[in-house]
Amino acid sequence: MPRTLFDKIWDFHCVGQRADGRDLLYIDRHILHELHAHHAFAQLEKQQRKVHRPDLTFAVQDHTVATKPGRDDDTNPSGSAFIKAMREGCRKNGIRLFDIDDPEQGISHVVAPELGIVLPGATHAVPDSHASTVGGLGALAFGCGTSELAHILATQVMALKRPKRMRVRLDGRLGAHVNSKDVALRLIAELGVAGARGYAVEYAGAAVRAMPIEQRMTLCNLNIEMGGRSGFVAPDETTLGWLEGRPYVPQGALWDRALEYWHTLKTDDDAAFDREVVLDCEDLEPQITWGTDPSQVVGISGRVPEPGTVEPSRRAAAESAFAYMGLAPGTPLAGLPVDRVFIGSCTNSRLPDLQTAAAVVRGRHVAAGVVAMIVPGSSSVKREAERAGLDRVFRDAGFFWGESGCSMCAGGNGDRGQPGERCVSTTNRNFENRQGPKVRTHLASPATAAATAIAGRIADVRQLLAGVA
Amino acid sequence: MQPFSSHTGIAAPLLKDDINTDQIAPIMHSRSLKEDYKAMLFHRARQREDGSEDPDFVLNKPQFRAAGILVTGNNFGAGSSRESAVWSMVANNIRVIVAKSFADIYRENCLQNGLLPVVLAPQDAEAFITRVLAVNGAAPFTIDLVTQRISGPGGPPIAFEFPAADRTRLLEGLDDIGMTLKHMDEIVSWERRVSLAQPWSQATQDSRKREDA
Repeated sequence: MPRTLFDKIWDFHCVGQRADGRDLLYIDRHILHELHAHHAFAQLEKQQRKVHRPDLTFAVQDHTVATKPGRDDDTNPSGSAFIKAMREGCRKNGIRLFDIDDPEQGISHVVAPELGIVLPGATHAVPDSHASTVGGLGALAFGCGTSELAHILATQVMALKRPKRMRVRLDGRLGAHVNSKDVALRLIAELGVAGARGYAVEYAGAAVRAMPIEQRMTLCNLNIEMGGRSGFVAPDETTLGWLEGRPYVPQGALWDRALEYWHTLKTDDDAAFDREVVLDCEDLEPQITWGTDPSQVVGISGRVPEPGTVEPSRRAAAESAFAYMGLAPGTPLAGLPVDRVFIGSCTNSRLPDLQTAAAVVRGRHVAAGVVAMIVPGSSSVKREAERAGLDRVFRDAGFFWGESGCSMCAGGNGDRGQPGERCVSTTNRNFENRQGPKVRTHLASPATAAATAIAGRIADVRQLLAGVA
Repeated sequence: MQPFSSHTGIAAPLLKDDINTDQIAPIMHSRSLKEDYKAMLFHRARQREDGSEDPDFVLNKPQFRAAGILVTGNNFGAGSSRESAVWSMVANNIRVIVAKSFADIYRENCLQNGLLPVVLAPQDAEAFITRVLAVNGAAPFTIDLVTQRISGPGGPPIAFEFPAADRTRLLEGLDDIGMTLKHMDEIVSWERRVSLAQPWSQATQDSRKREDA
C-alpha cells in the first residue's frame, strides 16, 4: 500500500503500543533548553529515574541568555538561575551542553541542523513549539511540554496518538525579494491559526523544491502558527548537499549507507492524505501581519481590513487587534512609522537571512529614531557573518549586533520593546505583549524588516531597492 | 498524578477563540525557578494599565474568583508549549476547561497534570454556554468523567465524548512515565536492531573530535 513520508517515518520509529492505545515513538534526537530543563531534571530526581540515553540528548542555553557583547550567566538576572540549573543537570546526567560561552551555542532549532545533529528521517523533540523547524531537513519533530520532556529523558520515546496527514503543495516561482516567510504568512492567513491542528504537514511542490534549506526551515518553523505540531519537507539533493560534511553527520562508508536510506524518504505516488491544500506562489508579494495573531496578514501593498470583510467568527478578534495595534480599518500598512526593528529568532536568523538583510542595508543607514537589532541564531552563524564582514555592514548602518539567542522573540532574556512601540520583527508570534508590554508587533521577512529599518516606515523592499520609496 | 473522577465548581465564561499560552501564562517580569503559578494565571489580562486589578476580567469578578471550571472557545492554548499555562490553572484550583477545541500541545499538557480538557459538540457547547451565562456563578456545575456528563442548573445533563484511553489515565491518575517504562524491553530491542541497521541514528559523534583524538 502506498504510504506518505510521514507514515514511513512514524512506522519506522514506532516501538510499540501502550495499554492506553498510544504509539510509543522513538525519539532519535532530543534537545533541551534552560527554561524547561530544570523542572524535568527535578522531576526525574524526585522519582529516582535516570536519563535513558544521555548520548542522544543535547542541551542549549537560548531562551534567557543576554545578547549584550561580553555577556555572562548574570547579564540577564532573571535568566541566571535557569542557566545554572540546566548546567548542573547536564553535568549530573552526562548531557552535552552548548553552554552560554560555547563557540557553537545558539537557538536549539538553529544549532541542531547546522551541526548535523538532526538528520533526514529522524525524529526530534524539543520542549518548544517551534521544534519542527528541523522539518526543513526532512526530520519529523515534536514540540512538547515539560512533562513530556521528562518522559523522553526517562524512556527516549513519546507516547503519542497518530496525527492525520496534510499535504501543502506550493506551486509557482517566488518573485524577487519574496521568500518562504512570505509564503508561510500567506498560508497561515488562508488556513487560520488552527488550520493544521491535528495534522502532520508535508510541504511539497515546485516552490518548496526551489527553496534553499534555510527557507524550508523557516516554512516548517511557522507550521505551529497554523496549529500543526509537525511539518516537514521530504529530503532531496539540496538537503543532502547541505548536510554533507557537517560535524555530526555520518562520514565515509556510513554516509554512503545513510544516503541510500535517505533516498527512500519520499511519499509514494498515490499515497492518500487526509487533507490537501494548494497555494499558488507565483504572484505573491511580501507579506506582513497587521494584527495580533499570525493569521492576520496582508500583502505589503494591502490595508488593515474593514471589519465587514472579516469572516464573522473572526470579527471580534479583529476589533480587538485594531485597538491593540492602534490601527484603524483601511489603513495602508506600507508607510506606517515604526520604532523598532528586530531581525533574529529561530524563524529567521540563519546566515542567508542575515545576507538578505545585509544586501538591503549595505550603504544605507537606519532611519533616525528607530532602534534596530540583529541577533544571529547561533554563535556559528555570528562567526560566519563576521568573517563575511556582515557585522560591519549592520553596525555601520546603525544596527545593534548581538550575541546569539532567542532574544526579542519572546523577550525572555530582557530584550523587549517599550510600551506603545511599533516593531517590525522577523519572529513568529505577534501576540499582545509578547515583545514587551503593549508592544505592537508586525511579522515580516528579513528583507522587509531591513527595508523598514532603513525607511523608518513599513516598506516594500522591492521599491526601496528600486529607489522608488 | 492526581486522579480525576469528577469536579464540582463554579463555571467562569471566557468566551474567546484562540486564547494563547502567552495570555494564559505570561512571562513574568522577574522570573525564578519557583514561580508563583497562582499569580501567573492571566496575569496581564487581570490588570489595568496602572497595575490595579481590572474588575471587568472574568476571574476578578466576585462570583468567579473561586471558579473551578473555565468555559472558553476554539483552539484554547495555542502558541508556546509552556506547561506553566496548565500549572497556573491547577494552582488556582481550576480542574476543568470546557472548550470548543484545544490546541494539540496544550491538551497533552492538561492530561499530564490532571486538568480535564472537555470538548463539547458545537450545539452542546452553545447550550452549555447559555446556561453558564444565565447562572452567572450563582450555582456550580458538576463535570463527571465516570459518567461523561455535565450537570447543573438550567437544563438536563449534557453528555461529552472523551477518548477511552485518556479517560482511564485520568481516572486512575496513572503515572505516564511508569506506563511507558513497562515497555522498556521493546525500546531496548528496537535500539539494538536500529544500531545495526542505521548506526548513525543510534550514535552521536562529532567527527572533528574523532580526528583530533
